[in-house]
Amino acid sequence: MALDQSFVGRTYPPTAPYEVGREKIREFAEAVGETNPVYTDPEAAKAFGHSDVIAPPTFVFSITFRAAGEVVEDPQLGLDYSRVVHGDQKFAYSRPVRAGDRLTVTSTIEAIKSLAGNDILDVRGEVHDEAGEHVVTAWTKLVARAAEEA
Amino acid sequence: MTAKIAYDDVEVGTELPTRTFPVTRATLVRYAGASGDFNPIHWNEKFAKDVGLPDVIAHGMFTMAEAIRVVTDWTGDPGAVVEYGVRFTKPVVVPNDDRGALIEVSGKVAAKLDDNSVRVDLTATSGGQKVLGMSRAVVRLA
Repeated sequence: MALDQSFVGRTYPPTAPYEVGREKIREFAEAVGETNPVYTDPEAAKAFGHSDVIAPPTFVFSITFRAAGEVVEDPQLGLDYSRVVHGDQKFAYSRPVRAGDRLTVTSTIEAIKSLAGNDILDVRGEVHDEAGEHVVTAWTKLVARAAEEA
Repeated sequence: MTAKIAYDDVEVGTELPTRTFPVTRATLVRYAGASGDFNPIHWNEKFAKDVGLPDVIAHGMFTMAEAIRVVTDWTGDPGAVVEYGVRFTKPVVVPNDDRGALIEVSGKVAAKLDDNSVRVDLTATSGGQKVLGMSRAVVRLA
């Protein structure tokens, strides 16, 4: 069943701040096999001009996707999460995410489409720091694949 | 932002060092924990097959995280990445054995932009299939 088009353009209230911790960045860097000390060693990060360790470029997805969860799991929208695969992902950074950041995400549904029985949802997440400065924008395309005919 | 590659030293067509990244079921469990994405298609074979997938597949975001390493290891400073986007064209299927799958990534400079930036186009394959499409990063060089 096609998703409700009236959700297009809907913006959700900013999330509560997510506190980026050094150890969380370390855990994520290790999970993706990263060895660059800029993720784990504050001195190495400072040598690159950062005030603390920074996060790998895709780290912020964990935060924006959690924010998008409100959309994805909204029963009124009716997206079948068990059939959802990730279609596209894009980030535009004003600066890297770093330890000590307190980040809020404002999610907006940019588009809802139905293509060959698949439901396609585009969500934009604007990420700001505690000072209100823009850090990164994340565009996420989710595809709920059509259920096979029984 | 301190990239170790200078803008003046690269040309359109400059190739970045190619990398191969392994991924096993253990990798996926670890990534699920670190990222908070516990969708069972990434760790539960029965579930994956029930929803029509060939087997457990890697998180697209894991593949995306590996692919950008070709760029960030080249520039030195990951903070030099200005933009990064991909399309997930095929899943990386991860069999339940000790070898798992391999993700092979290459990249080359596709355009020189303003502000000392270049666009790098990435190619990522696994099992001979292209797993990322439109995979592009804009990175600011020294």
